[in-house]
Amino acid sequence: MPPVAEQTLAVKADFPIFSRRPGGRELIYLDSGATAQKPQVVIDAQAEHLRSHNANVHRGVYALAQEADAAYDEARKKVAAFVGGEPRTTIFCKNVTEAINLVAYSWGRTNIGPGDAVLITQMEHHANLVPWQVLCRERGAELRYLEVDERGELSLQQLDAELARGDVKLVAFAHVSNVLGTINPVARMTERIRAAGAVSLVDGAQAVPQMSVDLASLGADFYGWTGHKAVGPTGVGVLHGHEQLLDGMEPFLTGGDMIASVDFQTVSWNELPYKFEAGTPPIAEAVGLGAAVDYLDGLGMERVRAHERSLTAYMLERLADVPGLRVVGPPEAEKRGGLASFTLEGIHPHDVAELADRGGVCIRAGHHCAQPLMRCLGVGATARASVGVYNERSDIDALVDALQAGREVFGL
Amino acid sequence: MDDLYRDYILDHYKRPRNFGELDPHDLEALEHNPLCGDELGVHIIVKDGRIEDLRFHGHGCAISQASASIASEELKGMQLSEVGTLDAEWMIELLGIPVSATRRKCALLNLKVVRGAVTGDNAWPE
Repeated sequence: MPPVAEQTLAVKADFPIFSRRPGGRELIYLDSGATAQKPQVVIDAQAEHLRSHNANVHRGVYALAQEADAAYDEARKKVAAFVGGEPRTTIFCKNVTEAINLVAYSWGRTNIGPGDAVLITQMEHHANLVPWQVLCRERGAELRYLEVDERGELSLQQLDAELARGDVKLVAFAHVSNVLGTINPVARMTERIRAAGAVSLVDGAQAVPQMSVDLASLGADFYGWTGHKAVGPTGVGVLHGHEQLLDGMEPFLTGGDMIASVDFQTVSWNELPYKFEAGTPPIAEAVGLGAAVDYLDGLGMERVRAHERSLTAYMLERLADVPGLRVVGPPEAEKRGGLASFTLEGIHPHDVAELADRGGVCIRAGHHCAQPLMRCLGVGATARASVGVYNERSDIDALVDALQAGREVFGL
Repeated sequence: MDDLYRDYILDHYKRPRNFGELDPHDLEALEHNPLCGDELGVHIIVKDGRIEDLRFHGHGCAISQASASIASEELKGMQLSEVGTLDAEWMIELLGIPVSATRRKCALLNLKVVRGAVTGDNAWPE
């Protein structure tokens, strides 16, 4: 294999957590697929909002409340623009799980019935699986799965065959798999789904943090993602929806803020996007997310993607040196996001993660909220190393050293 | 020497005692660790109110497999009435290594399974 060109960003200094020295060692964080670390600018933006501009939104007439309104609106504009969306169809949620549940409840319970099918894939995170399973059970519909092949990829032929059956009303799938790393061909899939008259939902949780996402060219009817994986705060996620679909949907949660007027027996809904934002929204978190997308924009998402691809290629190359280590998912770095899930012969993934921690390296172990996929892969669990904008090649080296040392502990 | 992965822990992990299946058996249970998806089951043969024989089956990490293996040697011959009284402290002491909060369930899964099979109470041991 030719040596991999290094294109890393070198922005670790922007992230204050890396000044910590747990146990006197450097902090090696390779769990960005679970949640990303936060740059100082995001921490500051959120703190500054709370310190100087805090008031509830959409209700106050006083100047401070107008500042809070402006900050929240500005955050929505930034977040929408970041992925090429419109503020009117950009809904703030708690996370991508809530975004998907919103669609499953508001769109699904009206549009899915007996005899209909929902099509998802074997690589889905539970967040994009359980809501559809519950919906189908409730509505007497069928839940079917696109298979994952031995390279960790989906088959467009199978998608065509499923759509040709004529009963598929919705297809939901991950943009980037949180276990396999596979980057799915979203535009080619949504084109087929649209042509078949079905609705598409894409879980972008693992994609938005690491590649340029343009909603118009992806063509999904619904696209959800979460702030905390994109160097933003926890507690804020985003759902982008097709305007006509959103307009035709009943609200998900009901209460304050999402109404136009309420009488004792009747109610009329507020306009988009507020119809889907019941109660006081995560204002400071949205402001923090606005700062996060500004930060990522400043780095340039093309550069972020080059960084992730370069590090992933390096990671695949280095992991191949560890005896007994098997990486799941596509073998080529350009076909995958910045993560590698693997098993190590003779050491359970939980022990792998524990042994990595001895070397100061944070990686995840378990089923990654994708138990059906684990069954397809024939494993109970995997260990997973995932990279963020702040990682460097030395982090991967530390992981490999820790794995080698761990093998020695286990007498391998 | 490693604090957690001591020689005897790794020995029990690599060559677990009393693993396999017993057919026929009198009691059985199967449990999952929701954290990691690991599963552990047990088959028990009862004679005169005691555990005459038992076998664990399933898959898990070094801590969960070693715990089951080590416990199995103590459980053989134990009165059923005594099994219900075994608690987390019994298991952790028997294991003899410092178990962190995140690995506690790994160490206790086998006791949860055995107590479930014997008493029907499948709560996590405390």
